[in-house]
Amino acid sequence: MTAVLVSLLTVGFAAQVVRIAIPYVLAALGGTLAERSGVVDLALEAKLLLGAFAAAVVTYETGSIALGIVAAAAAGVAVAAVQAVWSLHLGADQVVTGIALNLGAYGVTRYLLGVRYGQGANSPRIDGLGVGVIASPITWLAAAAAAVIVVGFTWTRLGLRVRAVGERPEAVAAAGVSVVRVRWAALVIGGAVAGLGGAQLSLSTDGFVSEMSGGRGYVALVAVIMSGWRPGRAALLCLAFGCADALQVQLQTQGAGVPAELMQLLPYATALVLLAVWPRRAGQPSALGKPSP
Amino acid sequence: MSRGLDRARAALIALLTATAAGSLLMILAGAAPAAVWRALVASALGDGYGVGQVLFRATPLVFTGLAVAVPRRAGLFNIGGEGQLATGALAAAVVAAGLPADVSGWVAVPAALVAAMAGGGMLGAITGALRVCRGTHEVVVAILLNFIVAGVMLWLGNRWLFVGEATRTATIVDGATLPSLGLAGSSASVSVVGAVLAAGVVAWVFARTTVGFTWRAVGTGRAAARAAGLPVRRAQISAMAVGGALAGLAGAHFVLGHKHAFETGLGRGAGFVGVAVALLAQGDALAMIASALVFAILAQGGLGVAATVPKEMFDVLQAVVMLVVAASLGRRARR
Repeated sequence: MTAVLVSLLTVGFAAQVVRIAIPYVLAALGGTLAERSGVVDLALEAKLLLGAFAAAVVTYETGSIALGIVAAAAAGVAVAAVQAVWSLHLGADQVVTGIALNLGAYGVTRYLLGVRYGQGANSPRIDGLGVGVIASPITWLAAAAAAVIVVGFTWTRLGLRVRAVGERPEAVAAAGVSVVRVRWAALVIGGAVAGLGGAQLSLSTDGFVSEMSGGRGYVALVAVIMSGWRPGRAALLCLAFGCADALQVQLQTQGAGVPAELMQLLPYATALVLLAVWPRRAGQPSALGKPSP
Repeated sequence: MSRGLDRARAALIALLTATAAGSLLMILAGAAPAAVWRALVASALGDGYGVGQVLFRATPLVFTGLAVAVPRRAGLFNIGGEGQLATGALAAAVVAAGLPADVSGWVAVPAALVAAMAGGGMLGAITGALRVCRGTHEVVVAILLNFIVAGVMLWLGNRWLFVGEATRTATIVDGATLPSLGLAGSSASVSVVGAVLAAGVVAWVFARTTVGFTWRAVGTGRAAARAAGLPVRRAQISAMAVGGALAGLAGAHFVLGHKHAFETGLGRGAGFVGVAVALLAQGDALAMIASALVFAILAQGGLGVAATVPKEMFDVLQAVVMLVVAASLGRRARR
């Protein structure tokens, strides 16, 4: 047990936490943007999964990691665009739309792998970014995204408008600003950020594996809710989830006497317990889930 | 009456869009759509075996579709079908394997069904109670529970229940098995009858009982229902519990009617397809049977053409149907 505790204090473990936390952090930042603008973002899982898929496939096909990263962001935007058309223009139920996109992303990735590479379980092996954290461009992109979103949310005009359309869309409309356009902007930026989180999943390993988002989009949404829809706190909570995830990996490799099947549940169980004991939905945007005026 | 027409039109548009999307996917895979669709339908409905397999696949979908439709009537979304189905299956398998070997079917089958409903219903009730009492989003809770249940099942199985090297529990006693329909060697069993019965009972509860009325009133408007003195919290928790119990029955179908034991991954995916089934049926309990048949034909036929078109086409089309129905319902609400 002491050996386990000591191993947690190393730089290696800290790097591991950051590496594992990045998809959670980026998904939560993207989700905060979308939800603060008033759109329920249950499609984070689809954005992560398609982002991971696009990053791996484009990197493999072009040999360029940079293009892979761009493709991941574009995939996130594509999901967000469907979400925007469905929730802002067709008035569809945002929960149903999000769930459909998540299930569709699972099918589309496997289908395309099957058509292109003859089997649906994973992409061909790629030389991605490896497990290094300092040398990985995604680490710095994630840090930059977090800083820009946290600051931009409070200090820019767009940030103010996003917050306003989530609370009092009628007031924003009365001021002559298009509610739909602000929500589109929030969804598109949020989609790109969440898609980038997907790139971290596939590029920090050997490529894309079916279902590799593994519920992280939902756990990130838990962080958004628990943060009271505040981006900085959501990102910090995601670091905590990353800690729980890294801890279970560490405990499994060192064999701490807890069954492996249960250790793997640590992030989900942590999220569920925290969600159950947390104060009721403080800070929820008033117009969340309501159709655009 | 125009409501019914509206529904039929939305379902038709969804199916036509799914056909178009499927054709696109086939072209993407380098196949000729018309030929693939013909082969797909022929493989699903062309012989007795295909028809039997379609019935076998439609059975759990009726249950998981109802598992979504009942809570939705009371205003909640049950996305926990996967976990509820697995819990129901394990509960049914453990009870049905633990009974004395010579027990009568009239005791064994009901006992296993009650266990399945209790297992799935418990998960549904937890999800509903967290929503009602703590205000936590039922979709997020149910998804987390799906993951947690899958892990706990594996742990319980590996630690105590799986026999030998396999990830499979002990075989259930003869009395608890549901007889096969004997349709050309297909897996269809008399649980088909159970699915039709369940749809009928839910339709009756929706249309003719106080419980059904309360669910609908709560689902239409919580505030109005509360003002009218209806037990809002109890109605929502009970709707989720009933939904979970129905998904648990889908698990029992796989154990009693097909595998005669619990296996890891048993019935995987049926819980999620139930969401699409319920949407296509738009909450109508009897339409659920037709809706489940459509998806069963797509799934079974998809296997038949898997050599030319990856079978994951089914998962994409399921999402397309959900999106189109969601859009139709949204437009209707705006009118």
